Amino acid sequence: MSSKNALIEYCLRIADNSSILAHRLSEWSGHGPILEEDIAMSNMALDLIGQARGFYAYAATLENKGRSEDDLAFRRDAREFVNRNLVEQPDHKDFGTAIMRSFLYSCLSYLQFRTLMNSNDETVSGLSAKAIKEVIYHVRHCGDWIVRLGDGTEESHQRITDSLNDLWMYTNELFEQNEVDAILLNDGVGVDLTLLQQDWLNLVKEIFSQAQLTIPDVGGYQSSGGIKGLHTEHLGFILAEMQFLPRAYPDAIW
Amino acid sequence: MSDNNHQWPIWEVFIQPKNGSAHEHAGSVHAPDGEMALLNARDVYGRRLEGVNMWVVPALAIVASTPDDVGPFFDPANDKMYRWPNYFKTPEGIKQIS
Amino acid sequence: MHFVKRILANCNQTSNIGMETTLSVEELNKREAEFDAKIASGITIEPKDWMPERYRKQLLRMMSQHAHSEVVGMLPEGNWITRAPSLARKAVLLAKVQDEAGHGLYIYSAAETLGMDRSEMIDQLLSGKAKYSSIFNYPTLTWADIGAIGWLVDGAAIVNQTVLAKCSYGPYARAMLRICKEENFHNKQGYQIMAYLMRGTKEQREMAQDAMNRFWWPSLMMFGPSDTNSPNSGDLMKWKVKLHSNDDLRQRFIDRTVPQAEAIGLRIPDENLKFNESTRHYDFGEINWEEFKQVVSGNGPCNKLRMKQRADAHTNGAWVREAAAAYSAKKAASKN
Ligand SMILES: [Fe+2]
Ligand SMILES: [Fe+2]
Ligand SMILES: [Fe+2]
Repeated sequence: MSSKNALIEYCLRIADNSSILAHRLSEWSGHGPILEEDIAMSNMALDLIGQARGFYAYAATLENKGRSEDDLAFRRDAREFVNRNLVEQPDHKDFGTAIMRSFLYSCLSYLQFRTLMNSNDETVSGLSAKAIKEVIYHVRHCGDWIVRLGDGTEESHQRITDSLNDLWMYTNELFEQNEVDAILLNDGVGVDLTLLQQDWLNLVKEIFSQAQLTIPDVGGYQSSGGIKGLHTEHLGFILAEMQFLPRAYPDAIW
Repeated sequence: MSDNNHQWPIWEVFIQPKNGSAHEHAGSVHAPDGEMALLNARDVYGRRLEGVNMWVVPALAIVASTPDDVGPFFDPANDKMYRWPNYFKTPEGIKQIS
Repeated sequence: MHFVKRILANCNQTSNIGMETTLSVEELNKREAEFDAKIASGITIEPKDWMPERYRKQLLRMMSQHAHSEVVGMLPEGNWITRAPSLARKAVLLAKVQDEAGHGLYIYSAAETLGMDRSEMIDQLLSGKAKYSSIFNYPTLTWADIGAIGWLVDGAAIVNQTVLAKCSYGPYARAMLRICKEENFHNKQGYQIMAYLMRGTKEQREMAQDAMNRFWWPSLMMFGPSDTNSPNSGDLMKWKVKLHSNDDLRQRFIDRTVPQAEAIGLRIPDENLKFNESTRHYDFGEINWEEFKQVVSGNGPCNKLRMKQRADAHTNGAWVREAAAAYSAKKAASKN
């Protein structure tokens, strides 16, 4: 694989993660637990859409095949999506699950962008420098909620514990790497995720200890394969909804 | 009132539009404490790059004068026009010092 | 009946909520006269000013209805956020719907200065006691409906709200000022969606015209019944809460919207629409007030669905609001 193709793939990963998580968060518009939080969730979704657009646009420029950011978001099928499976998990309008999903992902995203700010690739470092300000806020906002729910009422403690237990099997996968990472690491463009795993765990644990939450025992099935396009069943439904218009009216400009 | 209506108290939000200017009242949010009030204020009133600093103050902590106070509070200043620079007219023939 | 008990309007910004006082009839008449004089000379009424109980009540009813409309109004458009046809359109729509949440919040805050909690207002909405704008009880069936709503519904809202920004009650007027600045973006994005559709494929043009056909009349109904049939208009006009009649505002909306429709090739679904050279306004056909009455009284296509969605959000969020309150209480207790 060429360095260029590796970088395209890398940008798609970041963009897919952002756009799919944005999709999940945007499902909350009009359904939040209180108006203030409804607005906050939309803000996070908007940040993520912005990140997705930046990285899709860069991938489109690099591949130079006449595809646009929207072609990449709306005309690829599930097997071509390379997001981590965590971000596509449904929350069934359970606020704790939505917040936990964003929290676990944002902690990684924060560490990743912090390193990518110094990437040898100027566009990647520029996009990362913009994104990190947003992601710091997501970690803070979600972390704040985790603590409140964990140390709130008996019910909220139980519910957020359940969310954590349900989502934990998708966290190992956050650190999966392949050939793409090796090439970009070598070029000084990418990040070695294995080096971030401990920092991530520390960050997560710090919030969990304030929230009186304990990390579940690892055991049982661990999700794997998002970066190879191996997803859970949920992604297909997300894409069916998200891509419906451009696919139903292939010649239309909106 | 239904029991799932846990009403959080009101916080007044003040935003400093730019460095050097005074904080201005922007509106209010509901929040259970100051930390969340600040986060909520940021999300609600900072959607359009509206400032550089924010204060949140419990609405109940603000003591306001009442309409009946208007007279005693503000009228006494009426006859002290010498507090305003334009009260002092420079005598003719003297050069204006800014 | 020598003394009339009344509650002075209280205010977010003060601590003497619920201050009660009793006034003699003479005192009451004197205050009412003073109040009327203030209104007549265009002085803004602020939360702590004395106000007639009817003013407070009517204003509260109107403001809470307005706030509910903003929040319920998120639902028909929110439907399409996950299906928006491009990332740019998705971001714009999400930001737009989010603004509506902000509008609801601003207006609830302003209404709270009249002495009712937001939670109580929400209870009134969910119990069906409080109304909201009938327009949001129509379904959004295609993407073009998102264009039609931004352009027509927010367009109508702008006409209303621009006037309300000059109304006699300070907190309401200030909220409207803030909101009006944001509404122009809503209106423009809607019109742009329609303009793109109208210069697109045949299917897109049909989609746009179909949305126009469905949303035109309900948009006209947004201004409320004709002046001869509007029960509360008299008082609200007298107090300068409303500054123009429903019919005047409706006419203003039609006059500014028809040329916009023509500019992009959309037909107005009204046989009787015609520019009247002598009045310099558009004449238009009869509005179906029976339909309006039905929708307002709960029998529109989506009334039940909208209320269920709001009630679900409120109920599903209860444990979250409780948890945050419990956490703060614990922290506050451990500090003492
Ligand atoms: Fe609005
Ligand atoms: Fe509005
Ligand atoms: Fe709007």
